[in-house]
Amino acid sequence: MFDEYTMSELTSILAMQGFAGLILFSVLVLMALGLAIIFGQMGVINMAHGEFMILGAYVTYLTAKLFETYMPSLFDGYFFVAMGLAFLASFALGVLVEWCMIRFLFKRPLDTLLATWGLSLILQQLYRTIFGAREVGVTLPDWMMGSYALSETIEVPINGIFVMVLTLFISLCVYLLMFRSRWGKQVRAVVLNRPMAGAVGINTEKIDRYTFGIGCGVAGIAGSAFTMIGSTGPTSGQLYIVDTFLVVVFGGAQSLLGTIASAFTISQSQSTLEFFLSGSMAKVITLLLVVGILMLRPQGLFALKIRH
Amino acid sequence: MRNPTDLRLSKAGSTCQVSGRRLTVKALCALPVSLLLASHMAWAAPATSEVNTTGLAVTDDTVTVGILHSVTGTMAISETGSVQAEKLAIDQINATGGVLGRKIEYIQEDGASDWPTFAEKSKKLLVNDKTAAVFGCWTSASRKAVLPVFEQYNGMLYYPTFYEGLEQSPNVIYTGQEATQQIIAGIDWVVKEKGAKTFYLLGSDYIWPRTSNKIARKHIEKLGLTVVGEEYYPLGHTQFNSVINKIKLKKPDVIYAIVVGGSNVAFYKQLNAAGIKLPSEKPLLLTISVTEDEILGIGGENIEGAYAAMKYFQSLDNPNNKAFVQAFKDKWGKDIVIGDVTQAAYLGPWLWKAAVEKAGSFDIDKVRAASPGIELTTAPEGYVKIHENHHLWSKTRVGLAQKDGQYKVVFESADLIEPNPFPVGYQ
Repeated sequence: MFDEYTMSELTSILAMQGFAGLILFSVLVLMALGLAIIFGQMGVINMAHGEFMILGAYVTYLTAKLFETYMPSLFDGYFFVAMGLAFLASFALGVLVEWCMIRFLFKRPLDTLLATWGLSLILQQLYRTIFGAREVGVTLPDWMMGSYALSETIEVPINGIFVMVLTLFISLCVYLLMFRSRWGKQVRAVVLNRPMAGAVGINTEKIDRYTFGIGCGVAGIAGSAFTMIGSTGPTSGQLYIVDTFLVVVFGGAQSLLGTIASAFTISQSQSTLEFFLSGSMAKVITLLLVVGILMLRPQGLFALKIRH
Repeated sequence: MRNPTDLRLSKAGSTCQVSGRRLTVKALCALPVSLLLASHMAWAAPATSEVNTTGLAVTDDTVTVGILHSVTGTMAISETGSVQAEKLAIDQINATGGVLGRKIEYIQEDGASDWPTFAEKSKKLLVNDKTAAVFGCWTSASRKAVLPVFEQYNGMLYYPTFYEGLEQSPNVIYTGQEATQQIIAGIDWVVKEKGAKTFYLLGSDYIWPRTSNKIARKHIEKLGLTVVGEEYYPLGHTQFNSVINKIKLKKPDVIYAIVVGGSNVAFYKQLNAAGIKLPSEKPLLLTISVTEDEILGIGGENIEGAYAAMKYFQSLDNPNNKAFVQAFKDKWGKDIVIGDVTQAAYLGPWLWKAAVEKAGSFDIDKVRAASPGIELTTAPEGYVKIHENHHLWSKTRVGLAQKDGQYKVVFESADLIEPNPFPVGYQ
């Protein structure tokens, strides 16, 4: 297995695979963070998570078109505007959905599954009606293309680095919001004991609405970032939903730290295995690994200790 | 819906009525004209009882066919173009007088990217609607699902997608290319023109890419060249960093990529981002799965410089194609692009019309018997002919992807390539 490469090649393999793994890790974290907030903290199974991402992607596409047509001189920077707009659009839709659907279903988690599944179908059809069934291409500014050469044989794609930095930034924001702010404290209080939180004067309805909105908004940012590496079509969201749930469940649904640990485990094993085995085989073994660990630890890698 | 006996009775009745009424009106206008018209119509539209002896949905004025594609679900992205092409062909045929003097009407069903649904809808089109022909399907899975239905109820399917071969049915006309027509000519071209010696094969993980790569590998090895890597990724996979790293290390002359669907977008974007510049010719990339349709999603700047081997490109420079592209854009919008399969789908109704007119009947058995040898000199791809094995003779072309999303044709096989769905030594 190793003898076909020289020593220096092996070193660069390990380095580049390490980077590939980190990029995959960032992608998984971006995908799963929004869901971890919604599923982990609120107990809502959001099957429309992928569609919220795609909303972000379409907003990015529209922004790119807008800049191309009206402000070509500012095109290099459009991506940051697009991500902001993607967050706002998904956040707004999330708040709306919470208001007219989710809030009636808090006591029935399985019904949220069905309702959001229906929502995902509705959104897909909506995208198809508005943007057409074909995939749309999002043009990237030139500086985001190409790769950065660390040495003769080691090169890192620039958009990969971009995704990593973005992930770091978003994770930090979510961390500050959930664990270092008054708002986060209220969210966690509501999660632990809804009636009691209400009794001490927390407006649980408002907390629920905006938490759901923020989860969706993060999905929108993820979708915006994925236009760099993936496809944007009405059904592209479906590509992500299984992996996203895998990451969140494997990490332990209620723990944001667990989500990150889980994304790291999955991405590193996937990317290492991919190099020495085939792509499909790597996926199978990764899944077996996850199933095996979940059999030993049904609550996932990390679980909150709560008295029941 | 309707049962065959009713249909025949009502048809006989309406024939008398229509011709009776027509005669009175015409006679009131002018007798000579009416005679001329009547004789003309008698020539154009033979009696229904003669051209339809098996109870198909044929009346004196119309013939009903089926269109069966996914307009919802994951395949809608691809199949939309086929539906548009088939409708355009039907419109054009109707504008030039229809088939045996009858206007084509269509019933469209949605396979919803779900193979059992395809089977169910095809049964509906054949048994309930009595359609005289069905244009449809895209994935091999959907075709395999409807095949037993078409064979049991004796229907006629015109299937437009390039596919892996290893199939031949009396009830299907394959208007796309089978694997050997695309792959072997394409590989021969990169070997001869670009001096390629080493290949990296890459594909999505299902039957078409695997069979295609099997043929490619056999052919490469037969030429005494090497395959340095072969790899498959699950459908919908979006992370190709690892395989791109491997490609960088193995330095093949050719990346031979048969990735499909949304994965394509991810693959080419990541390839570009990883610094593999396709226009620099080393490694060069040859694909048989990226048409102009897919480039819309991938973005021209990400795939510029890649080569594709297929039979049709929108940029083909011939009068047939110019007219086709113009008509397509007039009907479906000026920004639309036309890929290989879309053109193959467009051939379906025309090939069927030619076969019906050669047979002088809509009956499935007669149409089938008349099909081999049918030629189309008006095809956008140039000229096609139906082989005994129900596939088309066609040319293979190699296109070079441009930044604007179109292919520039850089090679065209000198002769038509004989379809060979069961290639000896390649299985």
